[in-house]
Amino acid sequence: MANSRKNKTPITRRQWNEYRWAWFMIAPTMIGLLVLNIIPIFQTLYLSFFKSGAFGKGNIFVGLDNYKTMFADQQVWFAVRNTLVYTLGVVPVTIALALLAAVLLNGKVRGKSIYRTIYFIPMIAAPAAVTMVWKWLYNNQYGLINHLLQKIGIGRINWIDDPNVAMISIIIIGVWSSFGYSMVLLLAGLQEIPRDYYEASNIDGASPVRQFFSITLPLVSPTLFFVLVTSIITAMQVFDVIYMMIDVTSPSYDSTVSLVYLFYNNSFKYSNKGYGSAIVMLLLAIIMIITVIQNKLQDKWVNYM
Amino acid sequence: MKKKQRITMIIIQIFLILGAVIMIMPLLWMLLTSLKTVTESTAMNPFHFLPSSLHWENFATVIKQNDFPRLYLNTFAMMALRVFCAVLFSAMAGYAFARLDFPGKKLGFGLVLFQMMVPVQIFIIPQYLMIDKLGMRNTIFALLFPGLVSAFGTFLLRQFFMGLPKELEESATLDGCNIGQTFFKIMLPLTKSGLVALSIFTALFSFKDLMWPMIVNTKTDAATLSSALAKISSAYSVDYPQLMAASVLAITPMLILYILFQRQFIEGIATSGGKL
Repeated sequence: MANSRKNKTPITRRQWNEYRWAWFMIAPTMIGLLVLNIIPIFQTLYLSFFKSGAFGKGNIFVGLDNYKTMFADQQVWFAVRNTLVYTLGVVPVTIALALLAAVLLNGKVRGKSIYRTIYFIPMIAAPAAVTMVWKWLYNNQYGLINHLLQKIGIGRINWIDDPNVAMISIIIIGVWSSFGYSMVLLLAGLQEIPRDYYEASNIDGASPVRQFFSITLPLVSPTLFFVLVTSIITAMQVFDVIYMMIDVTSPSYDSTVSLVYLFYNNSFKYSNKGYGSAIVMLLLAIIMIITVIQNKLQDKWVNYM
Repeated sequence: MKKKQRITMIIIQIFLILGAVIMIMPLLWMLLTSLKTVTESTAMNPFHFLPSSLHWENFATVIKQNDFPRLYLNTFAMMALRVFCAVLFSAMAGYAFARLDFPGKKLGFGLVLFQMMVPVQIFIIPQYLMIDKLGMRNTIFALLFPGLVSAFGTFLLRQFFMGLPKELEESATLDGCNIGQTFFKIMLPLTKSGLVALSIFTALFSFKDLMWPMIVNTKTDAATLSSALAKISSAYSVDYPQLMAASVLAITPMLILYILFQRQFIEGIATSGGKL
């Protein structure tokens, strides 16, 4: 049916009917995508060549000035570094812990579903609320964590305002929040591995560690790849936790501000939408580069059956 | 051998319990602090783990000062409308892409895939400018706006429709159903698990969204739970019991939904990931 047009046979009434239904059914989504997403991509690109006019003045074309400013702006480089540090901190730790938990829960363990339910809870809590309680836990004077640290003789750590520590505090929140999501996906992946494989290797006398590396890991690698890709892309867009925890005036701002936070500040706090657009184009470029690298590396270790 | 296995089991249980404690502890601390007085919450010596008596008045104060009923209404309206639009439009488009032949199919689906690869922040400034031009800031429609259609949902439901047997449509056509009737009466009910997964996914992520409501609905009575919390956080930065009461109020609705539908939540997230 699909090729009939290319073969120059006239389109039948039935086909016309099918086309009309199909166009009608995709119309809302297509119009929405064009207006809300596709055209805005070009608008953002276009805006990145303008300086937003203040107080009723129109936008002024500045060519590549925003990009020149951006590459000379130290804060942008801080933001790139911080975003990468956050991603490199959160993603491997989350995935390693999630995989460990998923493997443990995939065996014969009591209370499996209760653990699964509990581990997933942080995922359903709004980041704004989650960060508030962590901020309270991290509180220098009255926080629970510093209280416990003092009790065991380590002493206080300035979790929020010490520029050398703040990023670690944020990474901890990131791991805590995203752990459940990765675990649920990995557990679903593990459950698809046929039990026979393990039984056969039990007969061969393989140790659990050996089983993990020669059966579990290769067979769960497609899921692992998916979790890795989505986790990296989500982590690169980190905003909520840092916005809620670190104020622009905080001494830790430079060592924690992420690209999206910087984008938000420039576009909506300082109303320089042109510069904000340039920053978001940089984010797009970095994510595209990472995606290409991931897809290149994919063939090396992902095992599609 | 038996004994060794039992010891391993105990070690595994210890690890799992430790994990559960770490996941629960911050939320428990949120609840405990919300029931304390300020003095209790900051008292170091003696340290109060538990509130001496339950100070529910923190909740009363926070609810009164921030018009929480309004915040709940805004948040739920946003979630419900986004779920409705995402499910309806994605099911229609997903079915067409999965089962019908038409010119422009490849291009259309290419746009869906392209949207999914781009970071969402790239859409935000133009979307904001559109809402501003329409004079729709501080409305429920503004909250719904970016979620009117869903590329992710279209992709997800297409996968579900592709998994259904072709014979269903053939027999429906023989029975005299047109394409719309086949879709609506026969195919749609069979993708119920996909629709549930998409609904949960959409509801959860719109509930958690912070940046968009903060940008577009700056007035207090048009805020969502998340964006109001951001404001509250900077407004009373020292009164932790009240801040925690506000946080408890903000996470409770989703927590109740999760406890009621935990299987659907977890399976929904697992399948929406697995289908991609």
